Parts: sequence; structure tokens; C-alpha cells
Amino acid sequence: MNLILVTFIILLAFTSYYFGRKKALVIQSSQRLTALPKFYGYYLAAWCAAPALIIFALWSVFEPSIVKTFILQDYTDQNLTKNELQLIYTKVKALAAGTYTGNITNFLDESANKYIQLKGIANSAKVAIILAILIFSLSFAYRSVQKNDRMREPVEIFLKWVLFVASLGAVLVTIGIVFSLLFEAIRFFQAVKIFDFIFGTHWYPAKTFVRDGQPDPELMKDAFGAVPLFAGTFFIAFIAMCVAIPIGLLSGIYLSEYAGRGIRKYAKPIIEILAGIPTVVYGFFAALTVGPFVKEIGNAMGLEVSAESALAAGAVMGVMIIPFISSLSDDVMTAVPQNLRDGSYAMGATKSETVKKVIFPAALPGIVGSILLAVSRAVGETMIVVMASGLAANLTMNPLESTSTITAQIVVILIGDQQFGDPKTQSAFALGISLFIVTLLLNVIALSVVKKYREKYE
Amino acid sequence: MNSFKKNLLKKRYNAERRFQWYGKIAIGLALSFLAVFMFQIFSKGYSAFQKTWIVTEVHYDKELLLIDAESPSKDDLENADYYDVAYKAMTSLDTGLPEEEDRQLIQMVSYKYEAEVKDLLLKNPDFLGKIVPIKLTASDDVDQVHKGNYPRDIPEKNRRVNDYQLQIYDMLNERGDILSEFNISFFTSPDSREAELAGIASSFMGTVFSILVCLAFSFPVAVLAAIYLEEFAPKNKFTDFIEVNINNLAAVPSIVFGLLGLGVLLAVFNLPRSTPLVGGITLSLMTLPTIIIAARASLKAVPPSIREAALAMGASNMQTTMHHTVPLSMPGTLSGTIIGLAQALGETAPLILIGMVAFVNTIPGTPVDPAASLPVQIYIWSESAERGFVEKVSACIMVLLAFLILMNLAAQIVRHKFEKKWS
Repeated sequence: MNLILVTFIILLAFTSYYFGRKKALVIQSSQRLTALPKFYGYYLAAWCAAPALIIFALWSVFEPSIVKTFILQDYTDQNLTKNELQLIYTKVKALAAGTYTGNITNFLDESANKYIQLKGIANSAKVAIILAILIFSLSFAYRSVQKNDRMREPVEIFLKWVLFVASLGAVLVTIGIVFSLLFEAIRFFQAVKIFDFIFGTHWYPAKTFVRDGQPDPELMKDAFGAVPLFAGTFFIAFIAMCVAIPIGLLSGIYLSEYAGRGIRKYAKPIIEILAGIPTVVYGFFAALTVGPFVKEIGNAMGLEVSAESALAAGAVMGVMIIPFISSLSDDVMTAVPQNLRDGSYAMGATKSETVKKVIFPAALPGIVGSILLAVSRAVGETMIVVMASGLAANLTMNPLESTSTITAQIVVILIGDQQFGDPKTQSAFALGISLFIVTLLLNVIALSVVKKYREKYE
Repeated sequence: MNSFKKNLLKKRYNAERRFQWYGKIAIGLALSFLAVFMFQIFSKGYSAFQKTWIVTEVHYDKELLLIDAESPSKDDLENADYYDVAYKAMTSLDTGLPEEEDRQLIQMVSYKYEAEVKDLLLKNPDFLGKIVPIKLTASDDVDQVHKGNYPRDIPEKNRRVNDYQLQIYDMLNERGDILSEFNISFFTSPDSREAELAGIASSFMGTVFSILVCLAFSFPVAVLAAIYLEEFAPKNKFTDFIEVNINNLAAVPSIVFGLLGLGVLLAVFNLPRSTPLVGGITLSLMTLPTIIIAARASLKAVPPSIREAALAMGASNMQTTMHHTVPLSMPGTLSGTIIGLAQALGETAPLILIGMVAFVNTIPGTPVDPAASLPVQIYIWSESAERGFVEKVSACIMVLLAFLILMNLAAQIVRHKFEKKWS
């Protein structure tokens, strides 16, 4: 039904384009046109498609919730909770679709009939309204076309609005992220105190799972302490940075100050391949090769090493991050003005002294920015940790034990079927919003540092 | 005094050389990580492109097939009972084996061997009543033994292939009845719980569909947004806000987009779970900022003289943009789009959250059929304990990397071939 309606509108728009152009050619025979003939067509087509499609979209968005309120009105006197109402509504919908298999009460049957009725009314109303709008807007547009009033301007204004709406897309995504995270997270914080979440030291959400019923609030208090996850996240990121910063920075310095053109031309893109490899591939590598390797070395040295150690995950993550640091720091150091170098050489400094005492301090803000970006990348990294670093949230500072991170826990909680309304599921969204805030802060700081640095030398 | 100066100079020069060496070592380390990594993947994965077959003889005995008709039709063959025939084909390898031990022989081929016996007859109906050689897919354990990935010297009870099976394998191998051929089914069959039958067709199609959906959603919106921001947007607070927003969105961890897909696309809009449609939309939200940034950069690179010339000829702002600036910026935009899509191609975490991690053993035909994607397939297989899956994962990684390399090459070609150099 919907598909037919949309196709109809689009086809009508195309026909009205040709009709408008033809009309313009007719007008041309008697008076001078004020725009190219195609703009007459565009004008008609835009008036035909845009209002109808907008109304159609709005209708489709709001119809289900309106129908739902109507159906659930009959149940308001029964004092049901939100979840129970939702369940009833699902049953009614299934019954109406003929896929319900539970036992059917009279009341339910009545609701289902009402649902079908409402849907029918809504459908015919939708078609009627859209047809009316089509007729109205087309006749309006046709009258302006007949007036031969400069057609290009309204078409261009319309196009400009389309462009503007598209540019709101990115804002819409951000709003979507914030609201979807906040919505579930707020419901989570109704069940679990925010204080217990931020400062609690035990993360064990599986404990709260109770079949059919509300979990014990005492249990909840102790199950959702996110400190081990925050600690694990930053610990693994720290290990990653211990690998990535020295290697990345030194390669960046070498590439920008020492390497000849040939080496630079080939080495830089090859190192950047490391950033292009999908993270799941790194995860596999960490779990299958690096993890056992670390364990073997540790055992040979007489240490107790878990097969899924934070060290393995962190080291592999560090390798992944090398190019972020090397490329960015190469860029910022190349941007340091040549006269600083020349001044240093003129004073008799060697190249390495120039790098260490002049160029590095001058480029420091940019380098710090690149490191912050890399940290934010490491904090948000998921697959390597999921696959290589265990899933139990240990509060530990031993790199040879397994730890878990925010991202890994989100995956663990949400893999497979989720039940919305369950505090365990909601906790993933609470973790998500903390991750979002942390990475956002890191980015904002990093970008502003880099921006300031750029302004200094441009 | 002089010697002191000399010493100092020597020290400084040594420090210089050391520093240079640090840089070289760092680059060497980074490159060797890449080399080790590639070597590991290739050395583990290349064998997955070979498939092991066991050749035996099958007797299409009419009585055992329970076919009564004199000249059986296609339907008769379709409905015949192949169990005994297939069973006999395997047990005939060693007639001296007591009946209750037959399972050991059956375990050497994949559990679909009966279907393979059936398919051969359906393809060649004139084999009925004859004894013909047949190729059966070896079980993943035999496959691994044949490829030399499975140590034979560990104690029997820790081995999934027992001594008797090894003996039969050796006998067959000596006779030349173990074949190793190019593994076509790895590319044509969907996922399976059995390593020897598992293929990437379902996840490959899932990836293709998600990427197409992603392209369809993100490309138009991103290009239009970039045009607005670069060519028409007034300089004000709101435009600045949109810009900051896009820059920050580009750095949001991918898993957050997965939460968005789960919380909005699945929970609010009730789109079908586990499908490339939802996966593609989720990925498109992620690639949106990447494409916007690339498109803006290439719009900015179009020299103002082009715009001025068009405006001087009496074109409107919109006409200048649509007829001149945008077409000239397209090569850069397209190569940025391809790179953004390549990034989306490798994403795993958001797809796991929207349920594309389900076990799918059919090949999806449309974007609304449940499917996995190549990176998710890598994850699913690497969580599997069976030894046969290790090489499958590596092979799947090779396919994924090949895909990525192709896309990046395409981006390079688009950029270098079609981009105008302004100087």
C-alpha cells in the first residue's frame, strides 16, 4: 500500500515535469519566457512531490503511536505497568495479523478487531489526505506556471532548502545518538543509583538476571559498578600507547626529518596500511598468535599468564594505532617552518639536537593532539578487546591477567537477543553514554589543541 | 682542551647516529609488524583454498535405493532412499571392520555425504545399477590431517582422528584416493557448523548488500550537505555548530553507532533484525561524516576562477554550483566515498549489536533477509573451537583484505585518472 502510494507520487512528479515543460513551450508561442522551460517542469514536480511526501513521512511516523494510544485506552482502568501494556499491545497486533498462538480472551479479540478497524480508517484517511494535497498543491503550482512568473527562483530556493535539510543530517545523527543513549540510560539510572554505577567496584550484570520478575534491588546495587571497566579500558589503552607512542613518534620524526623522498613516498603509505586493516582481523591475530605467544614467554619466565591477557590485547591495539601517531606527527613536524631549522643549524646544532630542542617543542601541541586522538581511538576500540582480552571484569593492574573494557562489555551484554526494559540491557546504554562522553571530550580537546597549533604557524 | 672538544663532538655525533638509528628501528618495527601479520594470515589461510576429497566406489543398487519402477523417472530418483547406498559406499573401504565400528569410517566424511551420493545420481541418471567412483567431502579432521595442520604424534585420546582412521587415511592416500582440489564451495556455499562445508557466500552477499544500502543512504545526503556547507551556508553560529558536529561525529567510536542502530532503528522503527538493511543504514550514519569531509575538501579545491567565470556569464549561484563546481569536485568526492565505504566494510562491532551475528545458513537474496557480513563471519568462526575453522578464518581475512585493497585501488584510480590538476 505504502509502496504503491510513493510510486504513484513519484510517477506523478515525473509526468508533471514533462507537463510543465510542455506548458512553458506553449506559453513561449504567445509571450516571452522568464526562465528556461525546464524550470517550469521542475517547479511543478517539486510542488507535486515535496508536500505529499512530507505529509506521508509524518503520517507514517505518527500513525503507530496514535493507534497504540487508542487501543490501550480500553486498558487504562486496569492499573497495568508500562511493560504489561506493551505486552498486551504486541498480543493485539499479533492477533490482528493472525500470528497469535496464545489463548484468546474476549477482551483481546475486541481490541484486535478495533485495531484492524483503526488501521483501515487510518489507511483510507491517509490516501484521501494525500490525494487532496496532491490536487491542491498541483493546482496552485499550475496557476503560477500559467502566470509565467520567473520560475527559476522558487526552484533554486527549494533546492537550497533541500541542501540545508541534508546538512542537518549530521546533526540529526548526533541527536539520535544522544537521545537513544540517554533514553535507555536514564531508565537504567532509575533502577541503579548513578553513584553505584560510577563508583561501584563489582561488575557482574549476569547476576541480576531473574526469569519473569524484577530482580532483587540489593543484588542490583552490587552488580553494576563500572569502575573495573573504566580501569580496564584505560589500562589497555595505556598499554597500547606504550607501544604506539615510541614507535609512532620516532617513525614520524624519521619520516619528516631524515628520510629521503623515496623512503618517505613508500614507507608512509605502507605504515598507514596498519590503520586500514579491519579491527576484527587484529582481534583474531591477538587471540590466536600474540596471546599464546605472550603466555608461552611468561610461562618460560615462571610467571602466571592468562591466555587472554591485557598485555596481548593492548600490544596489538598499539600496533594498530602506530600510523595515527606517526602520520599525524609527521604532518605537524613537516609544518614547522624551515627557518626554525635553519636557525638551529646555523648555531652548529646537529640534526638530532635540532629535532629534540627546536622542532619537537615547536610541534608539541600538534603531537599532543595526535596522541589524544589516538587515545580516543584506543578507548573506543572494540573487537580486539572482545576477542583477545577476556570478558570478565577484573579490577587489576597486572597486564598478564585478563581485564575487560567498556566496549567489550557492551558487546557481551547485547550479543544475541536483547530484552528492552531489562536493567542488564539498559546498562549497555549507560556504558555507551559514558564512552561517548569520554571520547567526545578527548576529541574536543585534541581538535582545539591542533587548531591552536595550526593558527600559530599559518 | 682540544681533546675535550673532540670528545664532546664525538659524543654529539654518536648521539646523532643513535637517534637516527632509533628512527630506523621504529620504522623497521612498524613494517615488520605488518610483515609478520601478513605472513601469519597467509601461511595459515592459504590451505583453506584447497578442499580434500575422499574417493570411494558407490553401487547404485536399485534394491537398496528402494526403486521399483523399470525406468525410474526423475521423481523416483529424487525420492529414493540413499541411506544404505551411501553407507555402503563408505563401509566398503574396509570390509573387515565389525559392524558396530562403522561409525569410525562414516566420521571420515562430512555429514552431508548422503546428499552428495544422491546428487551424483541425479546428475547422471544412467549410473543407476552401476558401480561408479565418487568423490565425498572429507571431514574437517581428515582435511586437516591431509594438509599437515594436525599433529599425528599426540596421544590417541587427545586426537579427534583415531589410529584406525589414520590407518585408513594412509591406505587411501597411498592408493591416490585422497584428492585435493581448489575449494570452490568455500565461495559458493553459506555458513555451516561443519568447517569442511562452511563457505563465505552468505556473508559475502550480506557485505555487498550492506555496502550498497550504506552507499544509497550516505552518498546523496553527504554530497548535498557538503555542497550546502561549502557553497551556500552563511557564516554564522549555526553553521559553525554543524561543522563542529561533523568533525566530532567522525571520531565517535563505531560501537556507539551500533547502540544507535539498536535503540532507534530496531526498537523505535521496528526494522527487521539481523538484516543488511539495518546494517547498511547503521554503517551509513558512520560513513556520513567521512564523505562530507572528503566532499568539502574537493569542493574547496576547485579554484574560484571557475566559479567567477560562470557567474560572469550570468549563471545563478545554483547553476554555477551544479553545472561547474560539483562535477569538477566529483573525482575527489568519489574517491573519498570509496575510502569511507572501505572503512565501513571492515566494521564489526555495530553489526554485532544489530544482530547480524546470527547463524545464517542460507544465501540472502535481498537486503531484508537475515545475513552476516565478512568481518562478522571472521568473528563467528574465530570463536569456534574446531581446528578446521582457523584456516577458514584466515582465508576469509584474505578475501576481506583483497576486497579492501581493490576498493582502495579503485579510489586511487578515480583520483588520479579523473581529477583535474589546477596549477
